[in-house]
Amino acid sequence: MDRPLRLISTNPVDQLARTVEALLVVAAAPLAVEELAEATQDDPERIQTALSLLSDRYREGRSGIVLEKVAGGWAFRAAREAGEACGRLFEKPVQRGLSHAALETLAIVAYLGPCTRPDIARIRGVAADSAVAGLVERGLIAEAGRDDGAGGAIRYKTTPLFERVFGLESLSQLPRLDDLGGDVDTIRERLHEIAEKRPA
Amino acid sequence: MIVRELELDLDAFEGPFDLLLTLVLKDELDLSEIDVAGIVVAFVERLAERERLDLDACGEFLVLVAALLELKARGLFPEEEAELAELEPEEAAEELARRLAEYRRMKEAAAWLADRLASEGDRYFRLGPAPLAPKPERRLADQDPAQLAEVIRLLAAEPPTPSLAHMALQFPPVTQFVERFRALLRRRSRIDFDQELAGLSRVEQAVAFLALLDLRRNGEIAIEQAAPFAPIRISRTDVERDNSWTVRSA
Repeated sequence: MDRPLRLISTNPVDQLARTVEALLVVAAAPLAVEELAEATQDDPERIQTALSLLSDRYREGRSGIVLEKVAGGWAFRAAREAGEACGRLFEKPVQRGLSHAALETLAIVAYLGPCTRPDIARIRGVAADSAVAGLVERGLIAEAGRDDGAGGAIRYKTTPLFERVFGLESLSQLPRLDDLGGDVDTIRERLHEIAEKRPA
Repeated sequence: MIVRELELDLDAFEGPFDLLLTLVLKDELDLSEIDVAGIVVAFVERLAERERLDLDACGEFLVLVAALLELKARGLFPEEEAELAELEPEEAAEELARRLAEYRRMKEAAAWLADRLASEGDRYFRLGPAPLAPKPERRLADQDPAQLAEVIRLLAAEPPTPSLAHMALQFPPVTQFVERFRALLRRRSRIDFDQELAGLSRVEQAVAFLALLDLRRNGEIAIEQAAPFAPIRISRTDVERDNSWTVRSA
């Protein structure tokens, strides 16, 4: 008689969800499904089920805590409606805005990384040293090995914090470069137009 | 308006324009660090302060800035300089267009990131160190209690008394000299200090002088010295007293 009663009273996935919830509240960085599976010693698929259960419970408009898929894992954050209150008590990870130089450098590292400071300087046309140092200090980019060969320059890549600050599940969520701005053809046309207009 | 004296206040350089040019030409300043647009803005601002358009200055400035820009452009592709020089004008234009397009895309990407940062600005989340993994246990090597005891015994032993043998300062007792001076003065009424102590060590001389002061304090002797560093003469006080009495009575 006991067994069927227990099955009715406790849904095992619900129990798993509570454990996942506990792990997420302790974590300071997003947890991957594999990490959750390892900690709970449960099946990744069941973890996914538990996460979708939790996502519904912790969502904007329903809870002050929101569960989101970000930076390759799952993490809690404050609901947006609480943002103003949070701002009175806490500092944002990127409190001060990023300069043009910093944003361009960040974009290059995000799209072309891991890449070196000379790589960045080649595209931007000016030295990137201080912009890179600033981004490293803010924790948005980090060192990722060195270029091949002796004395190779340090390579940089974006960090999970970058994805979290910009609300990206992964770097693949960045818009395709082709969708941004004009492509080579339009610029070429523009160059030719300018050349034609030039008085002989 | 003299272009060369144009005062610049850039991130990488502060001073007159001609100094900037000199430093760049001497390779002491990396042109890639210099914001050429900043120079142009500074010039235009100075130009605007004037009522009349200074065409001479404009012309000179254009020549200088164009040269600077060309230097900078070449400096940006140092390893490809030869390669670019070999390109036909049309190919070079293609290459330039390709690079401009690349930079333009990155600019757009940067703009996208800026928008995203603005729209996601109210994201608050807990920040902390990376997830804690259990730290690997630091295992100690096998320990031998007897060995430990031996090491501790070494530490517990009373250290040997430090030897003072190298400190050669050994003072003869002052009394030795006091007795010596008394004996001398019993035989003679006056003695010469330096003469009596000739051949003694420095330390012994010093102790002898202390003995002298001791005797003087007791009123047993009188000391006189005609001038600094002159010989010190010692006489028995009773003799001295006799003399003073003689003088006074005379």
